Amino acid sequence: MTEVSLLKVQNLRVSYPIHSSILQRRIGENMAVKDVNFTISAGQTVGLVGESGSGKSTVARTIIGLEKADGGRIEFEGRDITQSTRTELKALRRDMQMVFQDPFASLNPRLSVQEIIVEPWLAHPDVVPKNRRASEAKALMDRVGLNPDYASRFPHQFSGGQRQRIGIARALALQPKLIICDEAVSALDVSVQAQVLNLLDDLKQEFNLAYLFISHDLSVIEHICDRVLVLNGGVVVEEGTPRELFENPQDDYTKRLFAAVPVIRPWLNGASSKPAGTIPRY
Amino acid sequence: MTEQLVADSRRAQSPLLSVRDLQVEFTTSAGIARALDGVSFDVQAGETLAILGESGSGKSVTSQAIMALLPKPAGSIVGGSILYDGIDLAKEPVSRVRDLCATDIAMIFQDPLSSLNPVFRIGDQVAEPFRRRLGMGKKEALARALELLKRVGIADAERRISNYPHQFSGGQRQRIMIAMAIALKPRILIADEPTTALDVTVQAQIMRLLAELQAETGMAMILISHDLGVVADSASRVAIMYAGRIIETGGIREVYDHPQHPYTKGLLDSIPGAHAMGEPLRPIVGSPPNLLDLPAGCAFHPRCPIAVPECRAAVPSLREPEGAALGHHVACIRAEEVRSHD
Repeated sequence: MTEVSLLKVQNLRVSYPIHSSILQRRIGENMAVKDVNFTISAGQTVGLVGESGSGKSTVARTIIGLEKADGGRIEFEGRDITQSTRTELKALRRDMQMVFQDPFASLNPRLSVQEIIVEPWLAHPDVVPKNRRASEAKALMDRVGLNPDYASRFPHQFSGGQRQRIGIARALALQPKLIICDEAVSALDVSVQAQVLNLLDDLKQEFNLAYLFISHDLSVIEHICDRVLVLNGGVVVEEGTPRELFENPQDDYTKRLFAAVPVIRPWLNGASSKPAGTIPRY
Repeated sequence: MTEQLVADSRRAQSPLLSVRDLQVEFTTSAGIARALDGVSFDVQAGETLAILGESGSGKSVTSQAIMALLPKPAGSIVGGSILYDGIDLAKEPVSRVRDLCATDIAMIFQDPLSSLNPVFRIGDQVAEPFRRRLGMGKKEALARALELLKRVGIADAERRISNYPHQFSGGQRQRIMIAMAIALKPRILIADEPTTALDVTVQAQIMRLLAELQAETGMAMILISHDLGVVADSASRVAIMYAGRIIETGGIREVYDHPQHPYTKGLLDSIPGAHAMGEPLRPIVGSPPNLLDLPAGCAFHPRCPIAVPECRAAVPSLREPEGAALGHHVACIRAEEVRSHD
């Protein structure tokens, strides 16, 4: 692994305005991300875990330019991208792609699979010349485990797992260096989820991809990540390798989070997945 | 072990709920889909049965059939029986099943927000079963509702009782749903993906609450889930479903430690974190079948790593394989081979 950081996030702060109910005046703000720092090297998978409201999706959306940062700095390959213009963002998205949770909502139902995969090349025409686009799209389908004969089919004709593969093929089309996976396997059945996780792993090796992997499922995180950040209330409370966090969590919140992960065979080693004591009241 | 003794004594009793050869069909524009095909299981008082499966396996349809909640007119029970207390729910009119379900069989769902009425205060909703079914006055019913809300762990219940559903978090809403479900002391509680929409720490709390309530009341529980881990602590028995059939059933430890159906084994192998870190997962190839176009014979054979030509010939029925523990049934002609590969 190289020492050059691909992505560097420093003191990131993002807030959403709160508007009054009738006049829509700005009456305050909700600090979704308070102070987040981390780096991702080329070819590395960094996981972002936390419960709903912890700010993990906001971090991802801000990196890719879907939200504006209120403070702090995001660097991609050494360039500050925090205040990028639209043109700069467009160029940046060539290196940074996103795979979303819902494979039903994130694909245009009116486009065929081939059109979906070719679409990024319309915005970035120099990646693949026009006459090779159809064959390249089919090659990508083949690479993510979809039958290239189905190139003219529409998203509704595919299962959830296959649709997620289409989303991955689309993300790969621009040969990015970083793919942000926001709950990318959460909607999939476990047998299909394992296929997609293995695919992501293979692609990482093949293209030296880095992933920012966001998930609420800690077993998935444990499996796929090199480093994990635990987010609580918009702040990184702990960072480490999955093994460190699972075996020896330091922070109280991390301990509580990892203790709550269901164990498949709780009868082994007398381990119980339930934290001891009474039910915490919120 | 006392647990074992209790389990043995229960086995001798007649089951509280007995589902036999249940068949459910859905009429769709593309044809008739058999969502359940010969599903049979028993639930004893005080026990927890987990029904596990992936999307489309029929696990939720099973609970909908019991509760007369099948979407009408598309879905209907076309065969089999659901015996509860000597009554066959499959043959009773919907209104009668609903009456019975209101008091004896309760259900909680995945999404507590869409199951609560947004324009009524929580207190009135939790009090409703007392007023409607037991004819209590408003004051008395609200007092009972308050007791229940405290029991399920709603902090500051005296004040919160007059709040509306949107003022509660997802976990609190699920607690409120549980309060409503146990209000009339049901004998069976069906929980359909009760924690799927919740964060992992909240999930652990809800599962714990359900287990506590079961211990207090002695009710039977049917836990429906896609997540093999979530039910592992609370369920004593499991039924694994695939394409509308139960393909493996037995004591949870027996099934998880010695799966004998290749599908069950594949599911267990697919779970990240269940084996050594860094090792690639061993997923099941392909995807679940289309119910409108099921493969001949065993529905799993196109994805099965040990399928033989005979697997295509006939749908295998549940049997107790050689060397399996009592009550461990598997619908696979090659179950013995799966076990030997442990």
